[in-house]
Amino acid sequence: MDVEILSRIQFAFTIAFHYIYPPLSIGLGLLLVIFEGLYLKTGDKQYEQLTRFWIKVFALTFGIGVATGIVMEFEFGTNWATYSRYVGDVFGSALAAEGIFAFALESGFLGILLFGWNRVSPLMHFLSTIGVFLGSMFSAIWIVVANSWMQTPAGFHVVGEGMEARAEIVDFWAMVFNPSSVDRILHVWIGAFLAGAFLVLSVHAYYLLKSRYVEISKKAFRIALLVATVFSFSQLLTGHRSAEIVAEHQPAKLAAMEGHFDSLAPADLYLLGWVDPETKQTTGISIPGGVSFLTHFDFSHPVRGLDDFPKDEQPQAINAVFQFYHIMIAIGMTLIGLTFLACFYWWRGRLFEQKWLLRIFVLAVLLPQIANQAGWFAAEMGRQPWVVYGLLRTSEALSKAVVAEQVLFSLIMFTIVYVLLLALFLYLLNKKIKHGPADAALADHRPNQSEVGDVIAKQTKP
Amino acid sequence: MASFLGIDYPTWWFLVVGAVFSGYAILDGFDLGAGALHLFFKKDKSRRIALNAVGPVWDGNEVWLVIGGGTLFAGFPVLYATLFSALYVPFMVFLLGIILRAISIEFRSKEPMRWWRRGWDVVYSFSSILLAVLLGVVLGNVLQGIPLDETHEFSGSGWQFINPYALLLGGTTLALMSMHGGIYLCLKTQGRLFEKVERLLKVAIAAFVVLFALVSLYTLLYIPHLSDDFREQPVLFVIPVLALLSIANIPRLVSRRRFLIAFFFSSLTISLLLILVAIELYPTLLISTEDLANSITVYNAAASEKSLGIMLIFVVIGVPLVLLYTFIVYRTFWGKVKMDETSY
Repeated sequence: MDVEILSRIQFAFTIAFHYIYPPLSIGLGLLLVIFEGLYLKTGDKQYEQLTRFWIKVFALTFGIGVATGIVMEFEFGTNWATYSRYVGDVFGSALAAEGIFAFALESGFLGILLFGWNRVSPLMHFLSTIGVFLGSMFSAIWIVVANSWMQTPAGFHVVGEGMEARAEIVDFWAMVFNPSSVDRILHVWIGAFLAGAFLVLSVHAYYLLKSRYVEISKKAFRIALLVATVFSFSQLLTGHRSAEIVAEHQPAKLAAMEGHFDSLAPADLYLLGWVDPETKQTTGISIPGGVSFLTHFDFSHPVRGLDDFPKDEQPQAINAVFQFYHIMIAIGMTLIGLTFLACFYWWRGRLFEQKWLLRIFVLAVLLPQIANQAGWFAAEMGRQPWVVYGLLRTSEALSKAVVAEQVLFSLIMFTIVYVLLLALFLYLLNKKIKHGPADAALADHRPNQSEVGDVIAKQTKP
Repeated sequence: MASFLGIDYPTWWFLVVGAVFSGYAILDGFDLGAGALHLFFKKDKSRRIALNAVGPVWDGNEVWLVIGGGTLFAGFPVLYATLFSALYVPFMVFLLGIILRAISIEFRSKEPMRWWRRGWDVVYSFSSILLAVLLGVVLGNVLQGIPLDETHEFSGSGWQFINPYALLLGGTTLALMSMHGGIYLCLKTQGRLFEKVERLLKVAIAAFVVLFALVSLYTLLYIPHLSDDFREQPVLFVIPVLALLSIANIPRLVSRRRFLIAFFFSSLTISLLLILVAIELYPTLLISTEDLANSITVYNAAASEKSLGIMLIFVVIGVPLVLLYTFIVYRTFWGKVKMDETSY
């Protein structure tokens, strides 16, 4: 294998693995703010218990998110040096802004969020929770801005020629608010809220099925269900807006996502299907002219197909883009159905009697995770062969000083470490869940009591 | 060229990147140093206290690395691209260390089993040592220079980052951070554990002084180009003199147990040594050993003036905020370690 394919595999692998965690941190952050806010407002100890329990899970996801995130920041330079030189002026400033404005806020207050219960006032703790949550939201803004600029570049000009060519900022706000930024930020945020909400739903559905922590689990389940319902419906809107922007600015990507080849024909909307790039055929269940309708409000309006693009400006893995995109949509629809159904039973007052539904919710935690991953794969693979759409090809963005053996070494290293990391994460997450919220305040106290005692004894000595 | 207070933007940005990395070295320096000393503590309780001394702050300290990486990428894309791809292997191993260290802190106290805790203790300590050494190795390569072609691409071999000077600087960085971390732990511990840390600290100070003398000698003898600026402008000698005074002050303060002031001086030492490095390099960022004309300087590596101007505004707004968060967190956890149910 050559440097290009190895570097692409490594980047895809490390970022996909990283992306398990930040959405959980953002989504759990939102729920923590709600739980702790309710605790402060009502003084209800059950909300305190919920807050403390979910902080422990949050700590686990956040820690791994930070460690795997630093990898990403370094990898642009190590594996994609030509890309880094080309876009540094634009992309680098978004990354720097992320570090200064978002990540510092997030990590700064994390210490108080995790360890500050007994050291600061409840209000100060709540403010720290909000600080961490806002920090993680801001982080998402800058990262998605940077990525959106790669999808729909704006606010720059290119100086120099050939290997010396560079993109330079001419209008900072046009760069930040490039055509796809806002909708994609909303789409990513909501995807993260769903990831967090469905984790909370899953864990509390599990307790309800086991008849443990029933009271607080009902409370938590209802809150998380509200969050999940609101956002699974609104995700439909941001998703639709994002697809419209793809249609307008990245027509080849839209054609690949929809498996559409013939430029003179209206495009069908496939619910599921299979694309054969050899025969240029897409087979499956479809609404004829559906894509034409969604993009032009006309079922017979022709949509630019892949045939309209030279071979070297089409995504290479058309079927994969199609499948990832459709998996994401199918899951989005499933989430709407699930939350709607649960709300229906809630309205009828029989939500917690539906054991089968709770069982589905236990497993449904995986759905937003898969949808988030699939969405990113569709977005990134659909942008190929470009790394910056229409400007810089992925094959030209590599580090010239790096050889295949080095990338192979690091790829093997990341694979081993990340598999170990995932196993540990799942093991500890499982253990925390089995332990449950009530124990969080009691069981962990005990081994430390003697140590606190020692410290107090020593301090009171003259 | 656009300038502010008579200093041009690339130079300002050089100062910003330098200040951020110096902040990183001071802050993450003490928790890496504390990690390097970790295995010398034998009892589980001692290790937990040592770990919780850095527990609430290590993550905030690593933010400075993230900001450093971001400012380097944004301000000097050419340097970021060349340096990181040239030193591919050490940076990848560095990332491995960052990950292993983070998870060992996170996971260590989650299980009571002896093998589990001992195992993560070893991972924590060795990854801390590895990171400190690698930071020194990277600095050593930057000071020595690496072969670059006329497009500023690295033209050497993937393994030449291992060389005597780089390793010597790696050892010195480890000793410096162990000293710095030792002083921090003295502030955070008491009783037997405190006495143990104090003994270790004295060893670390001695090791640092010896290694620092060796590095200075090696630099003067074998890398004479680094002292050019000092020969031309003798007034700059004030910096190495201050650094020496600052270093000399540390053992004096430690023997009087004035650790807070000692910590200030070990932080100052790190800053002064990095200022020394900055003076030695400026306006070069990365010397080409192949042809001096291919060197990367603040001018040929800098982003556009527009971009640097925008980011200087970020810094003016953002840095006071970062310092405010840092202040709040350190004030909250001020004083000796107190364990509670939220501790690691």
